[in-house]
Amino acid sequence: MNIFFHFGRYFILIKRAFAKPEKFSIYVNRIFEEMYILGIGSLGIVAIISIFMGAVITIQTAFNFESPLLPFYAIGVAVRDSMILEFSPAIVSLILAGKVGSSIASEIGTMRVTEQIDALEIMGINSAGYLIFPKIVASVLFNPILIIFSMFLGIAGGYVIGVMSEVTSSHQFIYGITYDFRPFNVVYALIKSGVFAFIIASVPAYQGYYTKGGALEVGRSSTKGVVYSSVLILAFDLILTKLLLA
Amino acid sequence: MIQVKNISKSFQGRSVIQNISFDFEAGKVNMIIGESGSGKTTLLKCMVGLNTIDSGEVLFDGRNFYNLNFNGKKEIRKEIGMLFQGGALFDSKTVEENVVFPISMFTDLSVSEKKDRANFCLQRVNLENANNLYPSELSGGMKKRVAIARAIAVQPKYLFCDEPNSGLDPKTSIVIDNLIKELTEEYNITTIVITHDMNSVIEIGDNIMFIYKGDKWWEGSKQEILKTDNQEVCDFVYATKFMKDLKTKF
Repeated sequence: MNIFFHFGRYFILIKRAFAKPEKFSIYVNRIFEEMYILGIGSLGIVAIISIFMGAVITIQTAFNFESPLLPFYAIGVAVRDSMILEFSPAIVSLILAGKVGSSIASEIGTMRVTEQIDALEIMGINSAGYLIFPKIVASVLFNPILIIFSMFLGIAGGYVIGVMSEVTSSHQFIYGITYDFRPFNVVYALIKSGVFAFIIASVPAYQGYYTKGGALEVGRSSTKGVVYSSVLILAFDLILTKLLLA
Repeated sequence: MIQVKNISKSFQGRSVIQNISFDFEAGKVNMIIGESGSGKTTLLKCMVGLNTIDSGEVLFDGRNFYNLNFNGKKEIRKEIGMLFQGGALFDSKTVEENVVFPISMFTDLSVSEKKDRANFCLQRVNLENANNLYPSELSGGMKKRVAIARAIAVQPKYLFCDEPNSGLDPKTSIVIDNLIKELTEEYNITTIVITHDMNSVIEIGDNIMFIYKGDKWWEGSKQEILKTDNQEVCDFVYATKFMKDLKTKF
C-alpha cells in the first residue's frame, strides 16, 4: 500500500514538473545553471573514478589471462567492453546518484522545511516545474556526455597502466580496443545513461520535495534519495540489459 | 475583498478550525488573533491553498478559490503577496535577486527596469545598500523587510502576513507594522495579518477576528476589543500584568 502511495505521488509530481513553464526563458537559464552544477561539477570525480577503473580492469584481466592461447589484445577488448557496457554507464551513475542525488534531495528538502517552496507556490509558480524540471533535463542531457567522457578516460587509464606495467604492448592494446567494435554497445550505454540520469534527478527530488520536519529529516530524505535511486539504477540496469542485449 | 465562508479543517480526525466565516475588507488591515495553537496559521494556509479545506468556500473578489483548477488557482496566487513567519527568502539568492525574482517571473521588463522596480520596493521598506547581501547576512528585521519588498514587487491585491513581528524588538516591530499599514492603504490591498502581539493590534488593526480553539469567538474593531466583556478575549488581551494594570487605571 505504502509503495503504491509513493509511486502514485511520484508520478503526479513528475507530471507537475513537466507542466507548461510560467516563463520559458527562465527555465532555459535554470537548465544551464543545473548543467553547470550537476554536470560540470561532477567532471572531476568521474575522471578520477574512470581512470582508476580502467587501470584496475587492465591489471585484473592480465592477471587472469594465464592461457597462452589467449591473445594479448584481448586485454584491450576486455577493458573496452567492460567500460562501455557496464562500468561507465552503471558504476558512474551509481557514483553520481550519491553525489548529485544527495545534493538535489538536501537542496529541495531544505527549501521545503524553510517554506521557500511554499513561497514559490504562493507567488503562483509551479514549484515542481521550477525546481525539478531543470534538474531532470540537465541531468538527462549531460549524463550521456559524462558517460562518454568516462569511457574514454577509462580506456585511456587502462592503456597507460597496461603499457607502463608491461602487461600488454601499446600496439596490442590499441588493436584490442578496435577489434570487433560494435557501435550498438555505445548506443546501449547511452540509453542506459539517459534512463539512469532521469532516476538520479527525479527520485532524490521527490524525496526532498515531500520532506517534513527539520534538519534531521532533510538528512534522512537525502539518504533515502541516494538509496532508492541506487536500487532503481541497478534494477533498470538489469531490465534494460535484458531488453536491449538479450 | 476576501470572504471565507464556513471553513472547516481537520488533521487526522482532529478538528483544527470549525465553520469560520469572515469578510476581509480591501484597503484595511484585517487581523486574526488568538492563542498559540488556536488555528490561525491553519486558517491562513487554507485561504491560500497551502492546506486544503474539508468544507467551506474562500472567495477572492467573488472567485471561489477551491472551485478553480490548477491554472485558475495560479492566476489568483499571482495576485497574492505573502510574508512568512520565517521570511522564506531564497537563501541562495541575494536581497536584490529575491525581490527581482517574482518580477522576472511575471513581467517582461528589461533588466534595468526590473532592477529599478526592485530598488523602488527596497527603498519603500527603508532597506537601501543591502542589495548584494545574502539572507544569512541580514538581521531578523531586515529579513522581514526584504520579504515585504518581495511580496509587493508585483503589486499584489492581497497580502498575507504570518506573525510579521515574531522575533523582533518592539521598535522594529512598530516599523514593520507601520509599513504594512501604509502599503495596505497606499495600494488598497486586502491585508490579513496573523499575530498575538496586542501592540500590533492596537497600532494597525482595522478589523479583528479572535479565534479560540478553532472557532471564530469574537470579531470587531480595535476600539471594541478593549471594551469587550468576552472572557476569553479579555484573558488574551489582558494576559500581561502591564495590560491588567492599564485596564484598572483607565
